[in-house]
Amino acid sequence: MNGWMGKILRVDLGSGKISTERLDPQLARDYLGARGLGTKIMWDEVDPNVDPLSPANKLIFAPGPFSGTFAPSSGRYDVVTKGPLTGTIAASNSGGSFGAELKFAGWDVVILEGKAAKPSYLWICDDAVELRDASHLWGKDVPTTTEMLYGETSEDAKVACIGPAGEKLVLFASVMNEMQRAAGRTGVGAVMGSKNLKAIAVRGTQGVDVADKDAFVAACGEASRKIKEHPVGGTGLRLYGTDVLVNILNSVGGLPTNNFQTGHFPTADKVGGESLAAKQLQRPRGCFACIISCGRGTKVTNPKYKGEGEGPEYETAWGFGPDCGIDDLDAVTKANYWCNELGLDTISMGGTVACAVEMFSKGIITLKDTEGLDLSPGNAEAMVEAVRLTGVGEGFGKKLALGSWRLASIYGHPELSMTAKKQEMPAYEPRAVQGIGLNYATNNRGGCHVRGYTISPEVLGVPVKFDKDATEGKPELVALFQNLTAAIDSSGACLFTTFGIGADDYAAMLSALTGVAYSGDDFIKCGERVWNLERLWNNRAGFTAADDALPPRMTEEPMPTGPSKGSVSRVKEMMPKYYAVRGWDDAGRPTEEKLAELELA
Amino acid sequence: MGMMLTIHPEKCTGCRNCELACALEHEGNFRVKASRIHVYAWEREAFSVPMMCQQCKDAACSTVCMPKALTRDTATGLVDYDAAKCIGCKMCVQACQFGNIAWDAMSGTVLKCDTCDGDPACARICPTGALEWADEGLAVQPRKKSFATKLKNAFAEAQS
Repeated sequence: MNGWMGKILRVDLGSGKISTERLDPQLARDYLGARGLGTKIMWDEVDPNVDPLSPANKLIFAPGPFSGTFAPSSGRYDVVTKGPLTGTIAASNSGGSFGAELKFAGWDVVILEGKAAKPSYLWICDDAVELRDASHLWGKDVPTTTEMLYGETSEDAKVACIGPAGEKLVLFASVMNEMQRAAGRTGVGAVMGSKNLKAIAVRGTQGVDVADKDAFVAACGEASRKIKEHPVGGTGLRLYGTDVLVNILNSVGGLPTNNFQTGHFPTADKVGGESLAAKQLQRPRGCFACIISCGRGTKVTNPKYKGEGEGPEYETAWGFGPDCGIDDLDAVTKANYWCNELGLDTISMGGTVACAVEMFSKGIITLKDTEGLDLSPGNAEAMVEAVRLTGVGEGFGKKLALGSWRLASIYGHPELSMTAKKQEMPAYEPRAVQGIGLNYATNNRGGCHVRGYTISPEVLGVPVKFDKDATEGKPELVALFQNLTAAIDSSGACLFTTFGIGADDYAAMLSALTGVAYSGDDFIKCGERVWNLERLWNNRAGFTAADDALPPRMTEEPMPTGPSKGSVSRVKEMMPKYYAVRGWDDAGRPTEEKLAELELA
Repeated sequence: MGMMLTIHPEKCTGCRNCELACALEHEGNFRVKASRIHVYAWEREAFSVPMMCQQCKDAACSTVCMPKALTRDTATGLVDYDAAKCIGCKMCVQACQFGNIAWDAMSGTVLKCDTCDGDPACARICPTGALEWADEGLAVQPRKKSFATKLKNAFAEAQS
């Protein structure tokens, strides 16, 4: 095959049985790879009502057809499973070189089943696949684990692993590859931990073949040119990283502050991308085949928060910064380093600490509950310590490890959890930006921005400007962005390539690479198919229209301060139209006609 | 004046586009194992260094090559590889102190940078200018001036 390697690796962790299966070309065409193909396999093989942390859940690692090629910024892969934080189908997307290396080893998909009897790691060297003892790695942090595995396998191996957080089943534990890149959201790291799987190390010597080399070179060249010429894709992200958004969102009153109590933080600039570039940035970093370089190689010299690594991204700087009432960039970056080293999702970690800080400030929890941790708003040292305690599973960290919804529920205040489908919402205030709220509410993995990033048109004016406060046209916009993103994720491309290119560009690259003719509409239809299949899964897992909702604060309490003062999210108004646009019934279920149209019936 | 491939590691983001472009140029597919350039990353420090043949003047690979498959072209300044003459003894692989020449069992040839006949694909695709195909004199000028600036500033500080 061209683009795809044509093989699936299946590992039964319980019996140790390792088998190879052929990738069905029809499935590859319809679901592309990564998130799409992983979801299809979950649909075919796993009961949506499975306990996510039981051996019956499966864990799938899958790159996309673009991974391992020089389609610009396209080396990504997805970890697909049932997420323990949300209970939804979960696909968590990561960059680095790990996905590309899986392709070079000859694999489009790795399916992990069951549970290993003891801590184990998987060593994949082309066709030689071995399940090895990982007792000596259990308890080790991410950088130590990664380096030890380089020594035990190959200096050229790529390693994806969990840290102590995944071992201790923190519900928002991440899978980290090459130390710094995270498949962060929905708790995929806890699923890996529940299977006693510490790591996957992979080394490949094979190549990804191209159907039409000249056409692929031309299509990639054209896409690269468009991205490089784009002010965000070509310049902004390299100079300031995603953290450039702090000041932009704050200026429109859309920067969630103090656990979404408002949307404006007066000293936000101190944790923004410009401050980061001036104080901590060593150099921009890029994932495999990246031409954008939004990654931040950083160093903190302040002895209190000393460290080095990558980050923070915008959502991280926001979560540990303004959302906790903190403007100390060194503390924020240190919290990020802890997340990378211990294996935690920075967004849910930030949102969970922010929720605890609000409960603490309101007297709902006290020093007795937090075991002495003074979680007053703005206490940067306590915030950093809260993150560490969560990752190592000590003290109040054991409760934070449940995520904000379960934490707030313990104390009788689930309304203080700023989540959709129990996953923490990221750094865009739904009261200030109407479309993003609709995306959070309808998102197949709950509070998440990267599956319908309407911030581009609603705030940045990319590719065209939409009024952020309007509701007209938003259901259509959200559905289109969700479909396009599902296709992009499934292809192996990075979402940030949309700062420059559109569906026709992806289709041109994909057609030349695979030899299968895709139009821009075909590409988007692949995404719509994936979205609807995820929805079917969630419906079967018990989710209903009632779950397509935001916290009551977003819809009932007008924004108290800042440029978006007075606004509320009108997500409920937009919902019927969204269902109609999607071709779903009033209860949010895909109709027979829609399923037939997508060949899902 | 001749041209040379210059590495600026401080500009390298670790994206490995150079490996991909090299593999496609020489192998016709994306088999980066066969790429003539490889990027090494230090993930803790977020630092990367691309490595490829330095086209040594006194090249160990060429010295040990009995069938004279590796020879220095004085006109271009490159160490040329003639696969037809190569007997596959791999002495060159063992002789290169940089590890910049490798044996590829799949093709039965030696893998070594040939600068794509004077238009290296790696430098063409490098998105940050970390790899530069430049005149041998001009290649070092920015670095030289950058260091000279540091010296100038140090003097200014000492005298103030």
